[in-house]
Amino acid sequence: MAGSDRTPAPPADVCIVGAGPAGAIVAARLAEAGHDVVVLDAGPRYEPENRERQLDAHLRPGMEGPWGTGGERDAYTSSGERHYPLNAARVKGIGGSTLHWQAMVMRLHERDFEMDSRHGVGADWPVDYADLRPYYAAAERELGVAGADDNPFAPPREKPFPLPAFPPSHSDSIFAEACEALGLPTHSVPNARNSEPTDDASACVGYGTCKPVCPSGAKYTAERHVARAETAGARVVDRAPVQRLVHDETAVDAAVYATPDGEQHRQEARAVVLACGGVENVRLLLLSASDAYPDGLANSSGLVGRYFMDHCFAGVGGRIDRPTRQNHVGFNTTECHALYDGTDPLAGVKLEFLNYAGPSPAIDALHADEWGDDLLDSLRDSYGTHLAVGGLVEQFPDADNRITLDRSTTDDHGNPVPDVEWSVGPETRRAIERANEVQRAILEELDADIDWIVGPDETGPAYHHMGTTRMGTDPGSSVVAPDCRAHDLDNLWIAGSSVFPTGGGMNPTLTIAALSCRLADRLDRWL
Amino acid sequence: MNLSRRDALAALAATGVVAGGSVALADDGTDGNVDPADGVPENVIGDDTVAILAAVGSVVYPDATTGIDPFVETYVSGRLSDDPDHRRGVVDAAAELDATARDWFDAPVTELDRSTCDRLLRELGVDAVDPDPEGSLSGRVRFYIVNELLYAFYSSPTGGRLVGIENPVGYPGGTESYRRASMGEETEHGRE
Repeated sequence: MAGSDRTPAPPADVCIVGAGPAGAIVAARLAEAGHDVVVLDAGPRYEPENRERQLDAHLRPGMEGPWGTGGERDAYTSSGERHYPLNAARVKGIGGSTLHWQAMVMRLHERDFEMDSRHGVGADWPVDYADLRPYYAAAERELGVAGADDNPFAPPREKPFPLPAFPPSHSDSIFAEACEALGLPTHSVPNARNSEPTDDASACVGYGTCKPVCPSGAKYTAERHVARAETAGARVVDRAPVQRLVHDETAVDAAVYATPDGEQHRQEARAVVLACGGVENVRLLLLSASDAYPDGLANSSGLVGRYFMDHCFAGVGGRIDRPTRQNHVGFNTTECHALYDGTDPLAGVKLEFLNYAGPSPAIDALHADEWGDDLLDSLRDSYGTHLAVGGLVEQFPDADNRITLDRSTTDDHGNPVPDVEWSVGPETRRAIERANEVQRAILEELDADIDWIVGPDETGPAYHHMGTTRMGTDPGSSVVAPDCRAHDLDNLWIAGSSVFPTGGGMNPTLTIAALSCRLADRLDRWL
Repeated sequence: MNLSRRDALAALAATGVVAGGSVALADDGTDGNVDPADGVPENVIGDDTVAILAAVGSVVYPDATTGIDPFVETYVSGRLSDDPDHRRGVVDAAAELDATARDWFDAPVTELDRSTCDRLLRELGVDAVDPDPEGSLSGRVRFYIVNELLYAFYSSPTGGRLVGIENPVGYPGGTESYRRASMGEETEHGRE
């Protein structure tokens, strides 16, 4: 629905809350299966023809950011041991956080589903890799993943990637020498961006600004699935934040949503799918508390909001005495999963060889306090020889890391805002230290002058919100069943990374997409 | 280095303006909507404004840069042709900067020598101020004039090559350059 009519549709088969990748994939698949689908999203629709202006907004100081995150609508608090910068970590809009994501899409490894059984940490998933394997293949098709079957550490796969991998960068070839000397095999990176043109979009043209905006459309965003859903007859309503879910003891009857004209509406549906991320899924369930569910909808376990996880960044950067050719593209082309499946460290570590280390002259020039030859000299001095090895490090689930409501602060509709309590546990700190050891060794092998290290004290989140409505077979220790339906209600389903019992160390969106394909299959049968 | 119209069109590509598109200067006619503030068509940029930007360009671009006038004319005209609000900001900031030059130095910006124009900008605090499209004259000159010029230069192969990158951030230079070990030479026929 591209117009401004935001009144409710007649009772639908499915109402999906959130038009990010989880909600949009479910919407497209169910609409194409013939179901009557309504999608409600809190944020606006961003027209693709304005992406160049959004590029300006990203690059040019003095302009508001490209995606309008922040303000009263997005108010939050952060009361945990570490500050959590929530509004840097999400986008509200049609497409959700894929509007600003990096688009790295790896499968979880087999061990990620069995961390409790194998190592006595975290939790087992109620499904294993074999269960998800066909859905991973489907998800790679859905996202148009460019990749190569060259990763000796990756779990088994049966089909090639939909698109060929992006070839390695010049700096990858520099790293390859060092990694070979250290016995660290390197391999390509699966990317949800077009390495070749497709019917959906052009090939990548190298704007170098993937995160936060891809003007060419080569990077996947969930707008593609929204378009598919709408073509199949789904109604997608933007700027329609859901305020609460109206329910009885066994089922959700309707989603109550607000519209920009100050009105509130009820969208009734036979099934409701929550797909608004690991923070807002929780908030909506807690805001929907009732006499039947005084602690929040679907929260008889008391676990809604608990076990909030992210991935922690670890990195080392420096300069070498030859050109490294950074900042031509905004994505990575080589990784190393050699540290991922072992026990030193136990938490999963994925190493990333950055193609965007060090400053970009284009950006530095706009912030400089000099110009003319002085500026040119400074830019020449600062650009050209930087290298960096980053990495994602797993966090094990910790019940004290959680999302709650801060009732002392309200958003633009008078609702309590989310509060994020986040800390970094000892296993993750040890894994970051181990990652730093290896990263430092790689740069030392290249005789680099090391400029910076992001270790356990400096680490920050990678903006992957996981774990807050965890999946399991026991209603006492999980929120949703293995089919992603809430234990407590017959017709409430939850899509996205909030259902992950553990998060591994891989970027979560391919797993989100795989679970969404699976959820759509289950819900199709249920309908 | 000598800037060319081709360089300006490459710079425009970084902003999403189609090369060879609707470049309109004051003498190109009066089609289109007229800005009620100055009676000038919204897709037109006046010669005076272009000349002021070119004069500032001679300060903020490296000393050896030549061909600034046609570069700025082509870039600015193309860049502003479909963005009336931004165009208004550029025109206003240029006019106010010019008025300040006349007030402080008894001459328009276009008649200041390079060092005096540099002094004008620094005394306004343009080197240190945060760019602000809604702010003081200094912030607006930084946003609409200085950063507009620097963006055109360093977000395109034109300025990028001087620093060592032919496909800088913001420029859609393809997916081959990141794989190469060096820039290679740029010729009229492309990279060699």
